[in-house]
Amino acid sequence: MLRLFGLPLVVPVIVAVFGIVAVYGRGGWLNAALGWAGFGAIAPIYGLTGILIAHVFFNLPLAVRLLLDAWTAIPPESWRLANQLGLSSAQAFRFVEWPSLRQVLPGVATIVFFLCFTSFGVVLTLGGGPRSTIIEVAIYQALRLDFDVPRAVVLALVQLALCAVIGGVVLATRRTMATAAGSLLAGARPDAQALGGKIVDGVVILVAVTGVALPLAATVARAAAGPWASLAGDAELWRAALWSVTIGLAAGALAVTLGFALALGIRELRVRRRRPLLAGIVELLGSVTLVVSPLVLGAGLFVLALPVVGRPEVALGLVIVVDAMLTVPYAVRLLVPPMARQAHAHDRLCASLGIAGLDRFRLIDWPTLRRPAGLACALAAALAAGDLGAIALFGTGEVETLALRLYRQIAGYRLDDAAVTAAALVCLAAALFVVVERGVGGREHR
Amino acid sequence: MSIVEVEAVTFRFEDMAMDFTLAAQTGACLGILGPSGAGKTTLLNLIAGFETALSGRIAIDGVDVTRLPPARRPVSMLFQEHNLFAHLSVAANVGLGIDPGLRLTREDRARVADALAHVGLGGLARRLPGQLSGGERQRAALARAFVRRRPVLLLDEPFAALGPALRREMLDLVDSLRRKAGLTVLMVSHQPEDARRIAERTAFVFEGRVLAEGPTAALLDAPPVAELAAYLGRG
Repeated sequence: MLRLFGLPLVVPVIVAVFGIVAVYGRGGWLNAALGWAGFGAIAPIYGLTGILIAHVFFNLPLAVRLLLDAWTAIPPESWRLANQLGLSSAQAFRFVEWPSLRQVLPGVATIVFFLCFTSFGVVLTLGGGPRSTIIEVAIYQALRLDFDVPRAVVLALVQLALCAVIGGVVLATRRTMATAAGSLLAGARPDAQALGGKIVDGVVILVAVTGVALPLAATVARAAAGPWASLAGDAELWRAALWSVTIGLAAGALAVTLGFALALGIRELRVRRRRPLLAGIVELLGSVTLVVSPLVLGAGLFVLALPVVGRPEVALGLVIVVDAMLTVPYAVRLLVPPMARQAHAHDRLCASLGIAGLDRFRLIDWPTLRRPAGLACALAAALAAGDLGAIALFGTGEVETLALRLYRQIAGYRLDDAAVTAAALVCLAAALFVVVERGVGGREHR
Repeated sequence: MSIVEVEAVTFRFEDMAMDFTLAAQTGACLGILGPSGAGKTTLLNLIAGFETALSGRIAIDGVDVTRLPPARRPVSMLFQEHNLFAHLSVAANVGLGIDPGLRLTREDRARVADALAHVGLGGLARRLPGQLSGGERQRAALARAFVRRRPVLLLDEPFAALGPALRREMLDLVDSLRRKAGLTVLMVSHQPEDARRIAERTAFVFEGRVLAEGPTAALLDAPPVAELAAYLGRG
């Protein structure tokens, strides 16, 4: 189930949107079921309803994972003690669980808020026009639909300021967060045998799982029934796939190169020069694109490249740069801790043997950091291949990725074609992830 | 003749001011004893170049090395742990002692194999350090010190984690390497019997200073200073 809840984190946004439309949209599973049961159709998916459903779909699993970490962080001794003292469920919650959850709840809430605040694909696709729009999408509309650059710049600045504030809160509360899956070997709780608790738990879990699993299942089902035959020979689909792969690989390579360089710089400052403050600042700079939303970054580059922005090769380059920049923070996050550990273990030895510069990179740093580097590269590649923000902003007739194509198909209600594109995109992103991680990271030692 | 000369070298570590003066005879083994926190490891780090003296002078083989980086000083050092790169084979770890870029000629490889055979790791050249026992790992590090051909070998309690029999075996190995290659060995230890086994002379370090120095047996049998007597438990 934890695996299932991990899926929305990696499935490209636009694919998930498709899944949600397939379940909750007109002619979707839900309305079909309601019609069969004799009820009228529910409100249309486009607009606020759809946006909310989609964001719950994305963020519920994330929140669950983050909160689960807090739960597993409760020491087993606490549960043993609670058992011994015979605490009731409510008492156990109050004295054992709540103190642990209270530490992470604000952080989880801000992260989810921030993600919703800067979400682009969902609102663009399901927003249904200017009535339900947010700044992020408004930037896009100003640039692509109205060609109103000054307006886009103002919007971008507003968004930047708001993001900085929220991002600051996220970073400030981040300390208590660890996103490791954690072991579920928590001690037995005193009310583990209570029937009532089990029923409540069961219902909650069922609802949550259904909410997450249904759209994914719908995507698979629709794709399986999609018009594969006619689309398999579709040159446009293949070309879009090629663009997605190109952008994914280039952005992945760029992100991991930048991330590696930043991590090396941070290590140099922190460990060798003993300047932890400066190292912290560099690390923060590396994370800056976490709080700069994609469209703000894109708008900036758009304005910079204004005279040539319509040229396909420029568009391609800009998409790669934006996608890479957005994933650099993950690369930094993945590389800095193992690099620090490695420096701790090897610095003295390297100094005494005179291993430095390229020799050090070739013999020591690369072999030991290959795996996290591969993971970072794979993550960046998969995210970039499935990203809609940058490509929607810069995409042209020639440069259309699978994600952009899928968006256009959903917007045009061509859901059967969209199903095939969605499936292709998921497979492609997954394949990119696996191939890049193996290719760059190498096989596991021992 | 003294190969290592430490003259009025000062250093500050947290609250402790240190001031060392010490000399080691060419081709001999000098034991360095003292309680934990006395500055034994710092003394070795100063000689090896991992710490830089605030004032004073360190000369090795007649050359002033006070400001030189570790790799350019004619010393090899064995640490308590992390002596090997875990992702490189034993042979590669030893080979790094010949060339820090691991560009080895055929003769170099032969030297590596020779050194490994010497420390009793002949058949384990292709293993990774994780597949070796603690004693075998330190043997590999000794083999590397051997191929580096630096005249001074510094030991920072590399055998402290080993059992008594194994430790004695390793000390004897160090002793035989020293005689064979004409090395000078400076050995930090907690155990007076380590010094008795292989060190001709011993220095006693206490609170950042060398309080006493002399032939090992004489020093340990009749402590010239009260602090050493207390350290040995003969107050």
